[in-house]
Parts: sequence; structure tokens; C-alpha cells
Amino acid sequence: MSEVLVCKDGEIVEGGVRVITAGEVEIGVIRHGGKYYAYRNHCPHQGGPVCEGVRMPAVLDIIAPDRTFLQQDYDKNDMHIVCPWHAYEFHLEDGVNVCDKRIRLQKFNVVEKNGAVYVNV
Amino acid sequence: MDTVNYRDLAVESFDTKTLLSHAAQQAAQRRYEDFLIVDVDAHHYETDSFAEIIGYIEDPIMREQAQYQGFGRTGIASGPGSYQNLAGRVGRYPGVQKEKTPPTPHRDITLTKRWMDAMGIDIACMFPTPMLQLGTCPRIDVETALARAYNRWLVENVLAHEPRLHSTLYLPMRDPEACYKMVQDFGDKKGVIGFTVVSPVKTGVYDNVYAKTWRAIEERNLTLVFHGAYTWGGDQQAELCNRFMAVHALGFTWFNILHMTNWLCNGMPERFPNLRTVWIESGLAWIPFLMQRLDNEWMMRSSEVPLLKKKPSDYMREMYYSTQPMEMVNNREALELTFKMINAETQLLYSSDYPHWDMDLPSTIYDLPFLSEQAKRNILGGNAKRAFNLGPVVSEVKSRRLAERNNANA
Repeated sequence: MSEVLVCKDGEIVEGGVRVITAGEVEIGVIRHGGKYYAYRNHCPHQGGPVCEGVRMPAVLDIIAPDRTFLQQDYDKNDMHIVCPWHAYEFHLEDGVNVCDKRIRLQKFNVVEKNGAVYVNV
Repeated sequence: MDTVNYRDLAVESFDTKTLLSHAAQQAAQRRYEDFLIVDVDAHHYETDSFAEIIGYIEDPIMREQAQYQGFGRTGIASGPGSYQNLAGRVGRYPGVQKEKTPPTPHRDITLTKRWMDAMGIDIACMFPTPMLQLGTCPRIDVETALARAYNRWLVENVLAHEPRLHSTLYLPMRDPEACYKMVQDFGDKKGVIGFTVVSPVKTGVYDNVYAKTWRAIEERNLTLVFHGAYTWGGDQQAELCNRFMAVHALGFTWFNILHMTNWLCNGMPERFPNLRTVWIESGLAWIPFLMQRLDNEWMMRSSEVPLLKKKPSDYMREMYYSTQPMEMVNNREALELTFKMINAETQLLYSSDYPHWDMDLPSTIYDLPFLSEQAKRNILGGNAKRAFNLGPVVSEVKSRRLAERNNANA
């Protein structure tokens, strides 16, 4: 396993993404809520550049106690990575697909030290 | 000479007070100031303030859809007001509008070849996008005029200049004479490989008024395509759906189920035995369903459809189908059976549907574990070559790559 330099801390703006190439692997490093997340930039569906899409919060249907539909809302505590090819969605926190837990993005550890951001590849 | 008082309309900017200055004169002359006047039906254009209004939509998801789609003619409240790109989750539609292209060839040629080369596609059959709903326009003459304009524009500006691009041209189905004329006028043009029934049309494809059009297509050895699409506003059944996923899943499949059923129940394959038909963009799962359903009915009611000399599914197995959007979520066994039921090795044609949101790459076929190498090649290209009588055109990128490989091996 090698430690690959991604950037100096702060070079990726909040909500931004940097795609790095480590050997033959493309990795998307996402900064969200002050934290860094790193996933292989490869959607398990059809191989799309999954880290290059938008991040969107989970959408919820709000159902009243009498079971009538009220409206939809965002769950901002559950941010999703959305693949730009087909909009397959994955939880930002762990890379697991929101529809099928067996499908997941390849996750890399992110290390912050000495004012820089690294991924373990 | 004294200067006259004048206004130069060529340079004067619009001003409501100027437009209504005569109304102001009337108001003064009639001494409206003597009494109260109330206007109980006055309008403004709320669309001018839509950006502000959407901030007041309480449902945040709806607010975002409105922000993304706008309020105009195809906006969130319009009949076809879909949100295919999932409120910005699929970002290539606005993205490509800003993509830079050289002045020549035509931008459509450059952009199409870019994605074709990326995916490894040699030849593509082009279809329009919003025109898939043109058949629902209440003005039939508008449909006919636009169909002729589009077809002629495509033939002259795109197909004539790029041998890798072809099309099966749009038929304005509510104007049967115009359909026939379309085949006569454009059937022999370069790149035209057939004609298309865009499926959300409220006409029976068996109607005698179309017989000469089908005959004209058949005589030219061209192909008749049925291209799936949806309608939403204005369609009683579709209006029962409140999410686009429902409209799309049902609509794209339903209209081809409808036309296929009518095509068979009126014995069209027997009446036009050399007319090849291709059924596009309905996925594959509908075909085994309809085969079983129609065969079952036919065994009991063959007297009603005496032209059919064999089971409906036997005719369906002789037709062609496009792959996309191929249903392939945890269903390998069902998919394999579907391929078997439709004679996929000879009848299935790969399609990407790019750049639409549910596009499929060639790898969706190439990576299927139950297909032989020959079957993959047939589905990815060989079957289409046969169905559309395509010439031996290959992509420049692939030719170059092949030459490099050959040189390296020499």
C-alpha cells in the first residue's frame, strides 16, 4: 500500500472534487462538510465516472400518521454521490448503493497530516 | 424649416405609457376622474418573476425541480413537463450545450462522432428527442410541416455529409398522404435507411390509409421502425401517474405493445411479408409477456385474425428489437430466457440511446456471460447491418487502432 499525495489542505473547496490517478486507478477525492472521502472513480453499474457527478441529499417521502402523503423533503444528514451517467446513487459516508447494499464503491482511506491530504492506495 | 415633433420607432425602447398614450387621452377626454373604475380581469406575466416565485415553493424537492426545469413551455407545469434529468442529477444535457465544436462539419456531426468514438460505435441511426412527442401536438399541419422540415434538414445537413450517420425518418402519422410523400421524396436519399412511427400516436397502424406507405417502404427495401416514447399531459391513462418514473416505465413500453398487437391482429406481417420491422426503446421484458399473452388468445380466437398462419410469437421472432434500456438488475436467468425467446442471436440490435439518461454502453451486451462471441458480434453490429442493409463503414478511430495493432504484430 502506498500513500499518494492528493493536495494541500484547503486546495479542494468545500463541495469540490479532485480526481487523481494512482497507477491505473482513478480516485475521486470529495470534500464535504469539512471531511474528505475517497472512492474509485468507477461506477459498478456501467463503469461511469461516479465521483464526477453531483452530490445530493437523500430524498424522503413524508407520510403523515394517518398514512397520507404530505410532501418530499431532503435528509441532509445522508448525502449521496450521484453517478453522472445514469444517476445511480451511493451513500457518501460509506459508498454503499442506496438501492442494493451488495453494490458499493471501492473506498480508500484518507489521511490528513502536516497540512496535506493523502489517500492510501 | 421648423423641426417637427417626432418619435423614431426604430430606436425607441418599448414603454407602456407610450403604447397606451391614446388610452390616457380617452381617460382625460371622458373625465374618468369623476368616477370609480374597477378592472376585474387584469393580467401580468408571472413567468417574469418565476425565479422569485419558486423560492416560495414549500416542498424542497419540488422547488428544485422547478428551478431546474423552469416554467415555460416545457416547464414543470406543462403537459410534457417531465424531469428526465432528475433535477440536475444527470448533467450532460446542459453541459453539452456549452461544449465547443469547430465551425465545420455541422455541430451535430462533430458531437455525435465524439460519443460514438468514445464508445467504439461505427455507425449510428439518429433519432430526434422532443419530436418524439410531436404526434400529440393538436395541430396536425404543424406536425406535418415540422416533420418535413426536420427530415429535409437532417438529410441535407447531416446524412449527406457523414457516412457513419443514418436515420429512419419521421412519419407524421396523422397525415397519411404526407407519410407517403415522405417516403417518395426522401426514401432514396443518402443515409436514409427506413422510416419511423413515433409510437405515441392515436392512429391504428393497420389502417388502410397507410397501406401504400408500408408498400413504398417495402418496395424500396427499407425498414419500418416503431420508436417508443411517452406522453403525459393530455393522455388519460398517463395522467394517472404522478412520478416521471411511472410515466417513462409504462409509456415507452405501452405504445409499442399497442402497435405490435394491432400489427399482428391485422395480419400485417402476411400482407407485407418483406417489410422488416424494428421495435425500438422499449427494453426487452415486454416481448416475452406479449408473446405469451397473444399466443394464448390466438389459440382460442384464431377465427378473428384469419390472416395469421402461425402463432403471434412466431411472427414476433422474425422481427427485430433494440436492446436499450435493457432490464438487467439481478435477473440473469430471465434475461437469458428472453434472449432465447426472441432469437436474440439474429434479431436483437444493440442501441445506446445516448445521450439520454438511461443509455446503455456496448459493454451491456459484450459482458453478458451467456452469449457466444459470435452472438455478441451479431447483436452489437451484424444484425443491424442485415436489418438496415448497411454498407461496410467503420470508424476512423477503430481503423487506426486496428492498423496499429496489425503493425505491432507484423
